[in-house]
Amino acid sequence: MPGTEKKKKKKPHRFYDYSLLFTIIFLTVFGLIMIYSASSYKAQLDYGNPAYFMIRQGVIAAFSFVAMYIVSKIDYHVYARFAMLGYILSYVTLLLTMFTPLGVASHGKKRWLRLGVSFLQFQPTELVKISLILLLAVMISKLGPRINQLRAAGLIIGMSLPLALLVTANNLSSGIIICGIVFVMLFVACKIKWPFFACVGAGVGLLAVAPYVGHIMVNLHILKDYQLGRINVWVNPVQYARSGGYQVLQGLYAIGSGGLFGKGLGESLQKLGFVPEAQNDMIFSIICEELGLFGAVSLILVFMFMIYRFMVIAGNAPDLLGAMLVVGVMGHIAIQVILNIAVVTNTIPNTGVTLPFISYGGTSVMFLMLEMGLVLSVSNQIKLEQ
Amino acid sequence: MNRNQTHHRGRTVFLCAALCLCMAGLAGRLFFLMIYRADYYSEMAEDLHQRERTIKAARGRILDRNGVVIADNRTVCTISVVHNQIQDPEEVIRVLCEELELDEETVRKKVETYSAREIIKTNVDKEKGDAIRVRRLAGVKVDEDYKRYYPYDSLASRVLGFTGGDNQGIIGLEVQYEKYLKGTDGTILTLSDAAGVEIENAAEDRVEPVAGKDLITSLDVNIQKYAEQAATQVMEQKNALSVSVIVMNPENGEILAMVNVPEFNLNDPFTLLPGMQAEGGGVSGQDLLNQMWRNKCINDTYEPGSTFKIITAAAGLEAGVVGLEDTFSCPGFCIVGDRKIRCHKVGGHGFETFLQGMMNSCNPVLIDVGQRLGVDQYYQYFAQFGLLGKTGIDLPGEAATIMHRKENMGPVELATVSFGQSFQITPLQLITTAASIVNGGVRVTPHIGLRAVDRETGGIRSLEPDSQGRILSEETSREMQFILEQVVAEGSGKNARIEGYRIGGKTATSEKLPRSRKKYISSFLGFAPADDPQVIALITIDEPEGVYYGGTIAAPVIGDIFENILPYLGIEKTAAISEEHSGEP
Repeated sequence: MPGTEKKKKKKPHRFYDYSLLFTIIFLTVFGLIMIYSASSYKAQLDYGNPAYFMIRQGVIAAFSFVAMYIVSKIDYHVYARFAMLGYILSYVTLLLTMFTPLGVASHGKKRWLRLGVSFLQFQPTELVKISLILLLAVMISKLGPRINQLRAAGLIIGMSLPLALLVTANNLSSGIIICGIVFVMLFVACKIKWPFFACVGAGVGLLAVAPYVGHIMVNLHILKDYQLGRINVWVNPVQYARSGGYQVLQGLYAIGSGGLFGKGLGESLQKLGFVPEAQNDMIFSIICEELGLFGAVSLILVFMFMIYRFMVIAGNAPDLLGAMLVVGVMGHIAIQVILNIAVVTNTIPNTGVTLPFISYGGTSVMFLMLEMGLVLSVSNQIKLEQ
Repeated sequence: MNRNQTHHRGRTVFLCAALCLCMAGLAGRLFFLMIYRADYYSEMAEDLHQRERTIKAARGRILDRNGVVIADNRTVCTISVVHNQIQDPEEVIRVLCEELELDEETVRKKVETYSAREIIKTNVDKEKGDAIRVRRLAGVKVDEDYKRYYPYDSLASRVLGFTGGDNQGIIGLEVQYEKYLKGTDGTILTLSDAAGVEIENAAEDRVEPVAGKDLITSLDVNIQKYAEQAATQVMEQKNALSVSVIVMNPENGEILAMVNVPEFNLNDPFTLLPGMQAEGGGVSGQDLLNQMWRNKCINDTYEPGSTFKIITAAAGLEAGVVGLEDTFSCPGFCIVGDRKIRCHKVGGHGFETFLQGMMNSCNPVLIDVGQRLGVDQYYQYFAQFGLLGKTGIDLPGEAATIMHRKENMGPVELATVSFGQSFQITPLQLITTAASIVNGGVRVTPHIGLRAVDRETGGIRSLEPDSQGRILSEETSREMQFILEQVVAEGSGKNARIEGYRIGGKTATSEKLPRSRKKYISSFLGFAPADDPQVIALITIDEPEGVYYGGTIAAPVIGDIFENILPYLGIEKTAAISEEHSGEP
């Protein structure tokens, strides 16, 4: 197991997952490089400083990294006490964003909460994700084997669903991710398997028939026109290029022009204003264009390795709380990676999901680091035999 | 607990495997997109990124018959700033103000504007552009471009025409021969970003421009200059509105000079001539410009008056209804229908031959000839001489003849048409018809363009029109030469006489409509040598003040022009013959 080291600082025979730590550092730094590459053109145009986005992201990442390290050094059982507080805070911030002037709109959706000064704003949905992971981990560990009873599972779903719906109201993709996290955590917690496979089967089935039933659903006023539009774009981005397929198509152009080894770092043409949000949701397409299939697959492998580390930590966690925490974070990261790449490659209909650690976004990187802190904290509680 | 944990471990492993499988599936999808669909998408992406930038083709020059360049291209510079590349804005502002003589505020505003490219000044002289270029200021761009340049400023302004902002012809030859002059623009294919801004250091595909062909014209700069000078002189002397002169080779219709004074400056065609604004009260600027750009020789019609008697005489002689020695009597007027048409000589010319009638420019004589022909025959000759159509000159906007319809022509109309009134033709139509009558009887097509020459390959394309065929017998043509020579030698055109040359010609003084205004157009049509015309010229003086008789004010101008251009054209003096002829009545 690479990176497995004995930790001999204050507490002897304690494990600390340096492989994961270095993976995090690698992804963050790689993300900064790619943000610079993808955004320098736009940053130069809009802010007169090509490194504008990278510097912002770098500063936040540096602070978050320190926070992560501190979090990782504290026993995760301490955080369990704040689970309920985080849950309530999630509601408060969500409602504040939606219904008070503190909410700031971007792209027509109120997703930001302003904290005093205008530049201090964050997306409550990120808070919701970490809070929910924490809360569910605490609840599942408290319930123990009772989780397999329908009532207990119902309680957990009952706790998460209103939150998920609130998020979905403004941000469909985050809602999907939150549901995914709950799904993954319950899957690991519960003995009974068939409802989960049924859900996955239904989801895949729905996606497969979506283009055909979409029209019928619009006619029945279940689905809105623009939602059907996304499905149409997904099925045929070239034909619907003018009506919403632009982003998807530009992403595909970028990916397609990458080839095996890409055009080389910084050589992307699609980032020059063609791919919208090149440093954000669509950054993976720029990675494909510049680093080619080789670079893209390498990145996916790094994420796979990260998930593998989560699995190892979860498997060796001292108790169920720790395991569930890591599983929740694993679910979060994995779902976001999968959704993002699936959207960029037009494998599923377009929905805005960021690529963890790589995409530009202060709130995202901050809470991701905190989640990593939790995972590392769990790893730090693993007592090594011998 | 422990048992539970192993269950968890198993499920975690399963979850991890499932998630990794998803990612592997996406990697497979990527493989498909980036290997199998790479060509498809990268081709579409390339289409998107390529931008065409045109390289202007140099416009063909216009040359006179001797190879003198009368319309050329000058390299001018466009100075612009690219905000992002400016390193020292103060220095840039200072240098641009200094070199371009602009005030600091406007330059500062443009330099500080946040845009891809801000144009500071266009049409900057090449020297100034070079001066700015050698300073090597970051962010300052000097782009070279061609601009039409007319070395003689106003020479033959309405004939040459000028070009607009895209180097496209607007009036005159510039528009008529656009397709030869224009050339084919080249292109540079470059890669660009979404805003269309080119990416530097990207590989370029270049398609070189093809320069326009040079246009060789029949104009002669020296004759044109001299004619303009003479026309300007008489215009100023007589305080006339305008003076037009056409000088043509009657043998083939080549225009040697076409003057409309006052000419405007082709290098500044959008500035009105002095005095135009005051007169044009209530007329929009564009209308005034259009007025200024009119080529009166071909765009406007007028009542030709007595010069048209050439046509009536030729028709009469050709039809055999009149001979040189036929006698007429002029009492000073002539009754046609219910109208009394006066001769310009109130007392009448009395008893005279047809030849003398022409020499005197006697209205009743020509009315008589017209009557002898009758409407049918007169109309037939009118058509046969080519007067009903246009001349077909290679200039845009030629006006058509305004003539009575045949069925509406009664005796009064016939009589007035016979001496050049009650219908309108262009000066060019008159001189063309007259040239065709005196050149031996073959209708010529007036033209200015001779050849389009490709400067690169030397390829020549002839632009000369075909002759339009015979309209008059040679005998009648000879007789007309003789009659018109006598008009100058002894008759009303004697002011055009030049020592040593045999000149033929006819004067005219047309009343402008409405006749009550008492405004006149004085004109004279002359050609030389009379027995073998090499050059024919027509002058029309619009609204002269004071003495307005064509024979008095117009004939001497043509005489003056001929005196200078005949030796220049290499036409020998024939003193002996001239004297011999002047002895005849």
